[in-house]
Amino acid sequence: MQITSRRKKYSRFALITAATPLVFLFLLFHLSAFGVELAGNIVLEGRYFPDKPQYPAQQEHNASVVLEPELYHAFTGGSSVLLKSFVRLDSNVDERTHWDIREASFIYPTDDWELQVGISKVFWGATEFVHLVDIINQTDSVEDFTGEEKLGQPMLHLTVPQKQGMIEAFVLPWFRERTFPGEKDRLRSDPIIDTNLSQYESAAEQSHLDFALRYSHTFSNADLGLYHFNGTSREPNLLLGGDMRHPVLFPSYHQIGQTGLDVQMAAGDWLLKGEALYRTGQGRSFAAAVCGFEYTFYGIYESGADLGIIGEYVFDDRADKSLTVVNNDVIGGFRLALNDAAGTEILAGLMKDVEFSTYMFSVEADRRFGEHLKLHMEALFLFDAAEQDAVLPFEQDSQLTVELQYFF
Amino acid sequence: MKFFTDWPGVVVLLLGIFFSPLCEKISRAETPEEKGLAIIMEAERRDQGFGDLVTDMVMILRNRNGQESRREVTNKVLEKKGDGDKSLSVFHTPRDIRGTALLTFSHKSGDDEQWLYLPALKRVKRINSRNKSGSFVGSEFSYEDISSQEIEEYTYKYLRDEELDGHACTVSEYYPVDAENSGYSRQMVWRDKDEYRIQKVDFYDRKNSLLKTLTMKGYKQYEGKYWRAGEMHMMNHQSGKSTVLLYSTYRFHTGLTDNDFNKNSLKRAR
Repeated sequence: MQITSRRKKYSRFALITAATPLVFLFLLFHLSAFGVELAGNIVLEGRYFPDKPQYPAQQEHNASVVLEPELYHAFTGGSSVLLKSFVRLDSNVDERTHWDIREASFIYPTDDWELQVGISKVFWGATEFVHLVDIINQTDSVEDFTGEEKLGQPMLHLTVPQKQGMIEAFVLPWFRERTFPGEKDRLRSDPIIDTNLSQYESAAEQSHLDFALRYSHTFSNADLGLYHFNGTSREPNLLLGGDMRHPVLFPSYHQIGQTGLDVQMAAGDWLLKGEALYRTGQGRSFAAAVCGFEYTFYGIYESGADLGIIGEYVFDDRADKSLTVVNNDVIGGFRLALNDAAGTEILAGLMKDVEFSTYMFSVEADRRFGEHLKLHMEALFLFDAAEQDAVLPFEQDSQLTVELQYFF
Repeated sequence: MKFFTDWPGVVVLLLGIFFSPLCEKISRAETPEEKGLAIIMEAERRDQGFGDLVTDMVMILRNRNGQESRREVTNKVLEKKGDGDKSLSVFHTPRDIRGTALLTFSHKSGDDEQWLYLPALKRVKRINSRNKSGSFVGSEFSYEDISSQEIEEYTYKYLRDEELDGHACTVSEYYPVDAENSGYSRQMVWRDKDEYRIQKVDFYDRKNSLLKTLTMKGYKQYEGKYWRAGEMHMMNHQSGKSTVLLYSTYRFHTGLTDNDFNKNSLKRAR
């Protein structure tokens, strides 16, 4: 196995992404008259960390602005174009100030198949708190360490509905590196991850052609998806580099084969969910699985509110426990939806590592004000991080986030 | 005499005289339950064959203090012969839920199937559909009120004839078959006798007190056959809140197929 190292260079992707805002502006001023829809949101965000930072370079608190404009146009005949970019300007000018093209894609539907070309996002999975099998898009872990935020992925995506189920084929011509928080950012590793030192197993590096094939079907009350992915692992191994005085971690991306399965099932007031994967090519072959449920109490206390109780268990049998935050964890949580005009909703989860002492508690709440404004609040608490646990460097990073979101 | 030579006519006449008291007996024997069912079946028969339907709707929610909030929704419905209809609702406003879509396969018996598409996460979630009493996006319409209603989901009882706003109406009661998951003990439905259109519905909660009143206004006939209301007013008597649905377009036979109602189509619905 040959590992090639890579220096920072202007990639084709960087050029494409740099040109896109200009294209955006051009489209914005010239095409709005021709049925091009402009939408998106602006977010003002403040993050408060009650604990002192663990590492000297880390900031105390921060504020930022997020812009997510979106342009959409539907042509007669059914095809459409979507452009969506993401920019975050943070008071802390490190990795957290960043931007990306989330979407720049063209969809061409016919009666028998549909083709999507360009940068887009695809989600696979079923469970609420853990996303195991989702693989097409790279994680933007600067944005969110739980893996919910994704980077745009260039792709050719063919969807062919069958009499029984649906077949999807993906060709992924360019690999996106995972983003990682910088030295000044909170929720970072120790030592920090230097993405300039990324290594690849494949000599093609980011140009490696990745493929995926997925079959999904609905069997009365159950939805099932099965896929195989062949290409560059979205999840790098982190290796120790630098020198004795300035050690760093650097990402190493392997060529993997991964088979994944996701199931969602409705049974009365129960929702049953499961995800499983088997990966080869990244160390010893391993499997990981998560299963869970959501049970809903409707109209609690004669109000219109619904309360869903969520339970999930995730298990990962890979040898190196430091690669994943969730490896043998139990999660209990609830979702409270008031079903009011303001769309008030609260989602909370407590994650407990079965082997280690670590607890993690997260809660988020949303409420709409008027037609365009929304208040989003989030809190994350970490307790008793174990020495061996991957979350140890985050121990001082419990946080409160308040976002004011304006949608247009 | 001509009378005697036209013997088949005579036979029919005699048969008619013989059977007429019996026929009267049969019509008298129609129970209120049978008449209630006959009315809904005739209404259903008159609405058959619409194929598919696309509507644009504005939903106006008013609270007790008269404060308003709006939702703009496009609905697509595909008629399924022998089973419940398929429907897709896509939200345009409020802006934060723009592109959110709800896909429903209703069934004549058993639970409906339902999926919710969340555009920000590009995620299709299966949702529970058994409990239908919950509010539809914070409005006074419940899932039960907005979903495609199948004859098999209720039992019926004709009560009386009554005039309502100048329409001669029949008044019937509907009782949910799946009483456990319905928000109502009964619905009282006023249908005009001319076209079998719903004019008014009184909803009684599970404790049998009057909960809501639905009034349908601005009926128009489409394609020379299908009557659709331009406005639906739902008043909640217990909370003082109300919701109005205003329909701006009804387009029938647009050529939708099953492929427009699968999980993939949810993602490109806008």
